[in-house]
Amino acid sequence: MNGSSYNIFTASNYFGWSETHGVLGVLQILLPEIVLAVFSMIVLLGAVYSSKNKATSIVFWSTASIFLLVSIYIGFRGEAVYTAFGGAFIDDLFSRFLKVLILLSAAIILILSQDFLKRNNLFKFEYPILMTLSVVGMMMMVSAGDLMSLYMGLELQSLSLYVLASFSRDSVRSTEAGLKYFVLGALSSGMLLYGSSLIYGYSGSTVFSEIFITAAADGKPLGFVFGLVFITIGMAFKVSAVPFHMWTPDVYEGAPTPVTAFLATAPKVAAMGLFARVVHDAFGGAFSDWSQILILLSVLSMLFGSIAAIGQKDIKRLMAYSSISHMGFALMGLASGGLEGVQSMLIYMAIYVMMNIGTFAFIISMEVDGKPVSEIDNLRMYSKTNPGRAMALLVLMFSLAGIPPLLGFFGKFYVLKAAITSELYLLATAGVVASVIGAFYYLRIIYYIYFGETPRALDQTYSIFNQTVLVISALAMVLGVVNLFGLEFLSEIAASALVN
Amino acid sequence: MENLLTIMIFLPLIAGLILMVFLRGDDAAAQNNAKWLALIATLATFLTSIFLYAGFDPANTGFQFVEDRDWLLGFSYKMGVDGISVLFVLLTTFLMPLVIASCWEVKHRVKEYMIALLFLETLMLGVFCALDLVLFYLFFEAGLIPMFLIIGIWGGANRIYASFKFFLYTLLGSVLMLVAIIAMYVDSGTTDIPTLFLHEFNATPLRVLGINVLGGVQTLMWFAFFASFAVKMPMWPFHTWLPDAHVQAPTAGSVVLAAILLKMGGYGFLRFSLPMFPVASELLGPFVLWMSVIAIIYTSLVALVQTDMKKLIAYSSVAHMGFVTMGIFTANQQGIDGAIFQMISHGFISGALFLCVGVIYDRMHTREISAYGGLVNRMPGYALVFMLFTMANVGLPGTSGFVGEFLTIIGVFKVNTWIAFFATSGVVLSAAYALWLYRRVVMGDLIKESLRTITDMNLRERVIFTPLVVMTILLGVYPALILDVIGPSVGLLVENYEESISVYSHSILSFSKH
Repeated sequence: MNGSSYNIFTASNYFGWSETHGVLGVLQILLPEIVLAVFSMIVLLGAVYSSKNKATSIVFWSTASIFLLVSIYIGFRGEAVYTAFGGAFIDDLFSRFLKVLILLSAAIILILSQDFLKRNNLFKFEYPILMTLSVVGMMMMVSAGDLMSLYMGLELQSLSLYVLASFSRDSVRSTEAGLKYFVLGALSSGMLLYGSSLIYGYSGSTVFSEIFITAAADGKPLGFVFGLVFITIGMAFKVSAVPFHMWTPDVYEGAPTPVTAFLATAPKVAAMGLFARVVHDAFGGAFSDWSQILILLSVLSMLFGSIAAIGQKDIKRLMAYSSISHMGFALMGLASGGLEGVQSMLIYMAIYVMMNIGTFAFIISMEVDGKPVSEIDNLRMYSKTNPGRAMALLVLMFSLAGIPPLLGFFGKFYVLKAAITSELYLLATAGVVASVIGAFYYLRIIYYIYFGETPRALDQTYSIFNQTVLVISALAMVLGVVNLFGLEFLSEIAASALVN
Repeated sequence: MENLLTIMIFLPLIAGLILMVFLRGDDAAAQNNAKWLALIATLATFLTSIFLYAGFDPANTGFQFVEDRDWLLGFSYKMGVDGISVLFVLLTTFLMPLVIASCWEVKHRVKEYMIALLFLETLMLGVFCALDLVLFYLFFEAGLIPMFLIIGIWGGANRIYASFKFFLYTLLGSVLMLVAIIAMYVDSGTTDIPTLFLHEFNATPLRVLGINVLGGVQTLMWFAFFASFAVKMPMWPFHTWLPDAHVQAPTAGSVVLAAILLKMGGYGFLRFSLPMFPVASELLGPFVLWMSVIAIIYTSLVALVQTDMKKLIAYSSVAHMGFVTMGIFTANQQGIDGAIFQMISHGFISGALFLCVGVIYDRMHTREISAYGGLVNRMPGYALVFMLFTMANVGLPGTSGFVGEFLTIIGVFKVNTWIAFFATSGVVLSAAYALWLYRRVVMGDLIKESLRTITDMNLRERVIFTPLVVMTILLGVYPALILDVIGPSVGLLVENYEESISVYSHSILSFSKH
C-alpha cells in the first residue's frame, strides 16, 4: 500500500487537551495507569502488614475487579485524542481498544489462576501485584509516543513477567523459564535500545512525530534504517516472531500454567499494539523498509510455528508454537499496511485472545491425582469422561485451526484480505498453506480426545469459573459468526485513529 | 414461504442442538430417542423441500426463494436456488432420512452420531443454497468438521489415517479457493454470486513467476477453485483420499460422502468455474476433458483389481465423477445436462451400493470380496436389489445411470470425438468390474461355512431400499423429471458462456490485427 501514515499529533493538538492543562490535565489523561500503579503499591503495603492467607483472596478479587472497572472506564472515554508529556503518551482510540483487551484478558486470567495457585501452594499476594504492574507496563506500551516511554513500558511489563515466569520458585523448570526469559528478554531490550540510539542519532529526537519526518524524507541515512531494523528485531522478540522465538516454547512450558496463559494473551496484544504504533507513527514514511521485514517475519513465523508444533507432546509447548504461528498471521495483517492492515491485526488479536483464554482455561485445569500435567497423552478419550468439556475444547481447536464457521476463521479471513488488497499474494498463499499444516496438530488433539481407545482419566476437579470461561469462550467461537460481536466496527475506528 | 430455505436448511441443525442440549444419558432409551428425533427431523426437512420443489418454477432461469440479509463486511446472508441447485437440495433431503435409517443398528455413541449427521445435513444444504461467496465457503468447509468426526469416531480400523487424510487434503484445496475468493472480492467489490456472474474478471495474459499465463487473472482464480473442487469431486490424480475415506467410514458416512459431498465439487464447477471464469474454462477445458478420460479408464482398471468391496465402489465413483467433469467442461447443453443428471443419479446409485455393502457388512463384519459368494441362495431379495444397482452403475438403459453417461458422451462427441471414444471404452470397463463383483459376491454356490446362517434383508432395510429403487428406475425411464427442471438454467449458463467466449475471441482477434 503506501506509507501515508498521517501524523496524528498535529491533529491532537487541535482538539486534545495537550500539556497546556498542566499537572491536573496530565493526571486525568493517565488516570487509568495511575490508578492501577497506586493500587498495586497500596496492596503491596497492606498485604505486607496483614495476615497473608486471609488477605490474598481479597487481593485477587479486588485486582480483577479493578481491572474490570478500569477497562469499563477506558471503554467509555469517548473518541477524543489526548496526549501528555510532549507527545510521549498518547491516549487515542487505538490504545483504548488494546487497553480494554489487555485489561479484560488479565482480569479473566487472574480469576482463572486462583484455583491452580491454591492447589499448588502458589497462592500469594505478589501474584496479582506483579500482574498489575505488568498490565500498567502494557498500557504504557500501547500508549507510547516516544522511544523513552516505549522502553519504560516495555521494561515494566517484561520485568514483572520475568518474575511471574519463575513464580513457582521451588520448581527447577519454572526458575529456568524465568531465567531464560530474562536473559533473552534483556538481549532484545539491548537491541531495542541500540536501535533507539541510532534513530535518535539520525533524526535528532525520540518523539515519534519527529522521527516520522525523517522517515518520510527521501534519502534516509543508512544508519537510520539500521536503527529501524534493530527496533523491529527488539519487538519481534516480544511478539515471539521467528527467528526470535527461541525463548517461547521453554518459557511457556516451564512457567506455571496460569502464567503461561497470561504470557500467551495480554503481553502479545500489547507487543503487537506497540509494533503497530511504532511502524505507523514513527516509521510510517518508511513503509517499504519495514514491510519487507514484517513479511519475512510473518512467513517464517507461520510456517515454522506450524511445522515445529507437529512433534510436540506437551500441550503448553504446543500452544507456544501455535502462538508463534498466530503471531505470524497477525504480522501478515500489519505487513499489509494501511488502515485495513491494522484493522485486521486488531481483529486477529482480539479473536486470538478469546480463543487462547478458553483453551488455557482448559489447560489450567488439567490434573492427574492432584498434580498439574500438560502431556497431550493425558487427554486420551476425554470425550468419554467429560463430553461437555471435550466438546468445548473441540470447538476451540477447530477455531484455532481457522475452520469456518468458527471465529478463528474470520481472524484469518481479515488478515488474508488485507494481504490480498495490498497484492501480497504469495504471502497470503504461504499463510493458507501454513494454516493447513497447522490444522494437523490441532486435529491431533481432537484425535486424542475423541478417537482414542482407552480412556485416561484427568481429574474432574475444576472451579466453576474455569468451567464458565471455557464454555463462554467456546460459545463465543460459534456465535461470533453472527456479527463478530461488533469487532469489525470497533477495530475499524481504533485502526483509523492510528492510520488515516 | 419467504423463509422457506432458511427453515429447511436450519431444521436439522436445530434438531441437532436439541439433541445436544436436552438428551442425557447413553442407554437404549436415549439412543432410540436420538434416532427417532433425527429421523423425524430429516423427514420434516424432506417435506419442506417438497414445498420448495412444488413452488419452484423451472421456466424462470433466475434465482428463486431468495433471501437476503446484511452480514459482516458487506457480505450478505443470501440464499436462493435455481434450476442447477434445486435438485441437489432435493437429493440431500431425500437421502438423509434413508441415511439415518441405515444406521439404526449402531450402538456406539448414537447421540453424537445423529448430531454429526444432522449438522452435516444443514451444512450440505447451505452449500447448495448459498448465494454469497463467503457464505458458500463457510458451509463448504464447515462440512469437513462433522465428516472428520464421523470417519474418525465411527470408522473402521484404520480410521485415524483416513480421517486426517480426508481433512487435510480437502482443506488444502479449500484454502487456495479462499485466497481466490478474497481476490475476487477485492477485484469486484462484492461477494454476491448473481452479481459476480455479470462481473468480468480480467483475462489479459499475465506473467507470473516468469511464466506467461494465458487468460491472466481468470486462469489463476480458475486454478484455485479447481484445486478445491477437483479434490472434492475427486478427479484423478487428486482422488487418493477417497478410497481411504470410503473404506474407513461407517456406512452412513460412505453414503453421505459418495452421494452428496462429492457433488459439491461438480456443483462448484457449474456455479463458479464456468460462469465466472469462462475464458479460463475454455482455455483449460481440453485439459480437464483429458484428465476426466484418464480418470474414467484408469480408475476403472484400478477398480477391477480391488479386493475390498467398498474400495471397488469408491473407485467406481471416481470413474463416474470423471463423466461428470467431462460433461461440465464440454460447456454445451447436452454435456452439462448429462453431468447434472449423472450427479443426481450417481447420488442414488452409489448411495444404494454403499448401503448394499452395509447390509452384508452388518451381518458378516467384513468387506472382503473373497469372504462372500453365493449369497443369492440365502438372500434372494438382496440379490435382486444389488443386481438392479449394479446394472444401474454400469449404465444399463432403463436405469438412471444410462441417461447421464449417454448425455455426457453426446456432449463430448460434439467437442472431441477421441475423448468420446475413450470415455465409451470406460463404460465397458465399468461393466467388467461391476458385473465381476456381482458374480463373486452373489452368484455361485454357497460354499463358505460362515455364510450358512446369513439372513435376507429385514423390513427396515427393504424400506430403505424401496425409494432408491423407485428413483433409479423412474429417472431411467422418465429422465424429463430432471432435465425439464435443469434445462432452462443450463441453457442460460451455456448462452452466457458462449457470449463471453465470443467477446473474448473478438478481443484477441482485434488485438492481433493491430
